Amino acid sequence: MTLATTASASGAPQHSALEHVWQLLESLTDPEIPVVTLRELGILRDVRTAVALDGTELLEVVITPTYSGCPAMGQIEDDVYNLLQAHGLKGKVKTQLAPAWTTDWITPEAKEKLRAYGISPPHSGADHDCQTHSGKSNASGASSIIQFAARSASNPGRHEQLAVLCPQCNSDNTTETSHFGSTACKALYRCLDCMEPFDYFKPY
Amino acid sequence: MSAAQSAMNSDADTSARPAALASNNSLPIDYLLHLADNALVLGQRNAEWSGHGPILEEDIALSNNSLDLVGQARLLYQEAAAQLGNGATEDTLAFFRDVPDFKNYTLLELPHHPPLAGTSASDRDFATTLVRNFLYSALMVLVWDKLQHAPHAQLAAIAAKSLKEVRYHLRHSRDWLLRMGDGTAESHGRAQAAVNHLMPYTQEFWTSTQYESEAAKATGLDMASLQSDWNQIVDQALAEATLKRPAAGGFIPTGKHSIHSEHLGFMLAEMQSLPRAHPNATW
Repeated sequence: MTLATTASASGAPQHSALEHVWQLLESLTDPEIPVVTLRELGILRDVRTAVALDGTELLEVVITPTYSGCPAMGQIEDDVYNLLQAHGLKGKVKTQLAPAWTTDWITPEAKEKLRAYGISPPHSGADHDCQTHSGKSNASGASSIIQFAARSASNPGRHEQLAVLCPQCNSDNTTETSHFGSTACKALYRCLDCMEPFDYFKPY
Repeated sequence: MSAAQSAMNSDADTSARPAALASNNSLPIDYLLHLADNALVLGQRNAEWSGHGPILEEDIALSNNSLDLVGQARLLYQEAAAQLGNGATEDTLAFFRDVPDFKNYTLLELPHHPPLAGTSASDRDFATTLVRNFLYSALMVLVWDKLQHAPHAQLAAIAAKSLKEVRYHLRHSRDWLLRMGDGTAESHGRAQAAVNHLMPYTQEFWTSTQYESEAAKATGLDMASLQSDWNQIVDQALAEATLKRPAAGGFIPTGKHSIHSEHLGFMLAEMQSLPRAHPNATW
């Protein structure tokens, strides 16, 4: 494949050429969760053609970090770049922050793969939740933040109303062991029925 | 914190920057450094718990918290470096500036224990760490919430990401505040001592600097407007935790004016020694 074919006469990227790159990138999985691809996790945002400073055309692969300090981002950049190189494609990797990554971008297929891998997938609606909570500068804004943090049984916060299912036995009788887990994106849970500890992918 | 590797095969965000600069060049560099220094200094402090947490889960929690904060600092330093030009990088800003250059709140540079005579070392006090994380997270939830709507595109993007992270930090630290305050006599006593020790330092949040006033014109964020919301978050949590808020007053710290406590220099010495001994080293 040559990049000369990626632009049509009108200058618009040719669909099939970029589609081919998407297919190539499908072989790349998350360095820390190797059962899901970068696309399925929502880290891979775009594949497009760009014009380099010298006027030549090149591929631009756009990725976004999950967490600001995600240590896998360097590895992911390298993986994408090396894949392009290996296929003789001239391209670069661009990291963009906005719109901010959300677990709502994780595909349903990927959520099922996470579950099979032993990670309880995140509930959907994280993004909406965050929007709702980012209140205005008034009392209700502060209240909603407090509501989010409140965790007593008599005053359950929004997230506590959603059961976290055990990926092993599917029980909803689970409890949070720790807010933070083995990676920035996960929390530690324990199943009170089968007693297995497991990771929960935090809605974010 | 080496950007060297990623710089080799990526141009993270630089292609979007010229346009953002042209339309938003009124953001004072000191304001970006203030936000970045806050995140880096607290991130470094919390990383001191790595391998020393009271229980494994909290060791991991504080390391994750630190990872988020250092990540936020990197993004902010990258933006500051892009505006500064002249060879500045995230690494030169983090590792080759000294105490009189740092603009973080004094609260964030304090060691993990209540005050002692002289500079004698002490064991880390978990209550001090978690109360500080609570007081700072409660502020930054409000700050990032505002800044995510700032006209400065890159600052708004950083704020939107940081907001999600700091909300989680608030939840974590608030849970511990309740658990310790409404816990045993020992945990209550330590939590109250930490609140008494740290609360006066939060008065620095509400004083003004030249660069904050200038930034407010560009971002629309007036820090003073956040005080009542912050008070509400703090007072409600303290009440639930059966803790008392000490009376305001006394010394008002000046860290964001770059006049720091005696503790920051020791922290920077440890943090900066490796890159200063081996400039431009990569691994």
